[in-house]
Amino acid sequence: MSEDLEFAFALILNGASIGLMYSLIALGFVLVYKATDAINFAQGEFVMLAGLIVAVVLGFEGAPLIAAIVIVVAVMIGFGFGLERVVLRPLLGRPVVAVIMATIGLAAMLRGLGPVIFGSETRAVSLPIGDEPIVLGPASLPPVQVLGAVVAILFFLAFSWFFKKSRMGVAMRAVADNQQVAQAMGINVERYFALAWAMAGVVSALGGVVWGSMLGVDVHLALVGLKVFPVVILGGLDSIGGALVGGLIIGIVESLAAGYLDPYVGGGTKDFAPYVLMILVLMIRPYGIFGKRKIERV
Amino acid sequence: MFHRESGFFKTTYAADAALYPLPIAKWTVAALALLFVVIIPLTVHEYYLSILNLIFIAIVGALGLNILVGYTGQISIGHAAFMSVGAYTAANLAVKLGLPFWITLPAGGLMAAAIGVIVGMPSLRIKGLYLAIATLAGQLIIEWTINRVPAISGGAQASIEVDRPSLFGFSFNTQGSLYFFLLFFAVLAIIATLNLARSRIGRAFVAVRDQDIAAEIIGINIYRYKLLAFAISSFYAGVCGVLYTYYFGIANYEQFQLIVSIDYLAMIIIGGLGSVLGSIFGAVFVTLLPIVIRIFMEDVGSLFFTTAEMANVISGLRLGVFGGLIIFFLIVEPEGLNRLWRNIRSYFRVWPFSY
Repeated sequence: MSEDLEFAFALILNGASIGLMYSLIALGFVLVYKATDAINFAQGEFVMLAGLIVAVVLGFEGAPLIAAIVIVVAVMIGFGFGLERVVLRPLLGRPVVAVIMATIGLAAMLRGLGPVIFGSETRAVSLPIGDEPIVLGPASLPPVQVLGAVVAILFFLAFSWFFKKSRMGVAMRAVADNQQVAQAMGINVERYFALAWAMAGVVSALGGVVWGSMLGVDVHLALVGLKVFPVVILGGLDSIGGALVGGLIIGIVESLAAGYLDPYVGGGTKDFAPYVLMILVLMIRPYGIFGKRKIERV
Repeated sequence: MFHRESGFFKTTYAADAALYPLPIAKWTVAALALLFVVIIPLTVHEYYLSILNLIFIAIVGALGLNILVGYTGQISIGHAAFMSVGAYTAANLAVKLGLPFWITLPAGGLMAAAIGVIVGMPSLRIKGLYLAIATLAGQLIIEWTINRVPAISGGAQASIEVDRPSLFGFSFNTQGSLYFFLLFFAVLAIIATLNLARSRIGRAFVAVRDQDIAAEIIGINIYRYKLLAFAISSFYAGVCGVLYTYYFGIANYEQFQLIVSIDYLAMIIIGGLGSVLGSIFGAVFVTLLPIVIRIFMEDVGSLFFTTAEMANVISGLRLGVFGGLIIFFLIVEPEGLNRLWRNIRSYFRVWPFSY
């Protein structure tokens, strides 16, 4: 392989592994949107909260990683249930804008109070996977990225099984398709709404572990959430497969932009290219690659 | 506002939509004018004037956002970005060409309006959540561009220093004189919005918000009015940004980050969506709250936090309380402080003969 090709290959591989980590977070967003039609602007803050909890638990002397993960998953499930009960349920039947603004408020609240309660210093989440980069052909990836990608793929497999085969998953799809009919068939719709938020909590918990160990845990971890929007718009807001593909594309685009454009504009295209792509998608195909075409033309 | 209204009967729609709902309202306005133009500047300490100045600027921005979100029902998370467009336009014009404020101020507003129309374009095809995401992208892209392009941002710190505004050789360079400068524009914005809301355009905005399909059927060109709403709202935002620039004497993109957009959303939600008075309440509330939190924390918080942590704690608490209040008002009182004010007023309307 020539040097140019190797460079491109390394960028693509790196972008793909980051992209899979984006899809992991985007998955939480899609789960909530699919089941409850609510837009969660606080997805990044969920991840931040989970990361903070992991870091705090690991801060205790001799606390094993597995305990931290169990605790954070439990806390985030409780958080998801509680959130649905306290904030989202009173807003049922209100305009979609009200739910959006409520989650923006939630995001502000978590981002503000998180550092007040847990302290504002950057904490490290060290995973027992070493720092030795994993070499794949011309590319070398940090192990945490590989781990994140693997976790993301496992989650996607688990959720596709859940939605296709399990009773709860099928009920959840029914709720997503048509709430009234689902209710008529004896499905407790509100319980599945709560379940969707709890599942978003679980996904964010794992997202908090991998992203937290990559970036370190402080309030800036929440900024990862901003990358969720290009991913889900590209993939389709209500498509789980779309979150996977969207994440991969955004990750690769971001990495290529950083590799090829940064030398000309002095850096930072990474935080810019995904949004340009997103605006283009919104203009041309707002329902995304796999999304349902139920968008209302006005 | 502060008066009783027995004995007046409105017999025409024109009377119902009049700027002064009752003859006595002119006296109320006169009393308020006397209070703000004469009494406050003469009696109030400079520190409190500086708070009032910030409130005046916030009122302009909140009114602009309320025209878009409250009246027209189009959500925007990019309000602060439009402010930055206005701020940097005015700062560049003032520094590079040496233009006076009465040119840079409208220029900043118009530039913001032009950018606002571009960012608002997606609203023609998509709405609700998609629009929220599109304006979020607008905010991030504008923030990034200003921060990265030295021709706009004026170099490394991305900030441009500006002289204080001056008129006929008189320079507004103290809090007391800036008070009049900002009061003028706040009042101008309030009157303009009041008149806009009761004009053909304002009623079209409300129709688009309430039922866009019905609005189109009765002959409202919703494309035009949505873009107009974005343009007007961004114009206000741009002017607000210019006022910030002149007030602080510096244009700095850090004053116009995503969090500021959320501050302004908090203002109009807490104050009351679709209401001029609500925008004013919201601006007052959101400007005063951090000050109250700071004073409270300086007294009580020192028991729990060290002085070094205090700055972080205060800014975190501020954001947290805003977020909590947004959620609280959305759930409990979607019409905000304005509704509470109306409830109080309608209680006293027949007081003391409530039955």
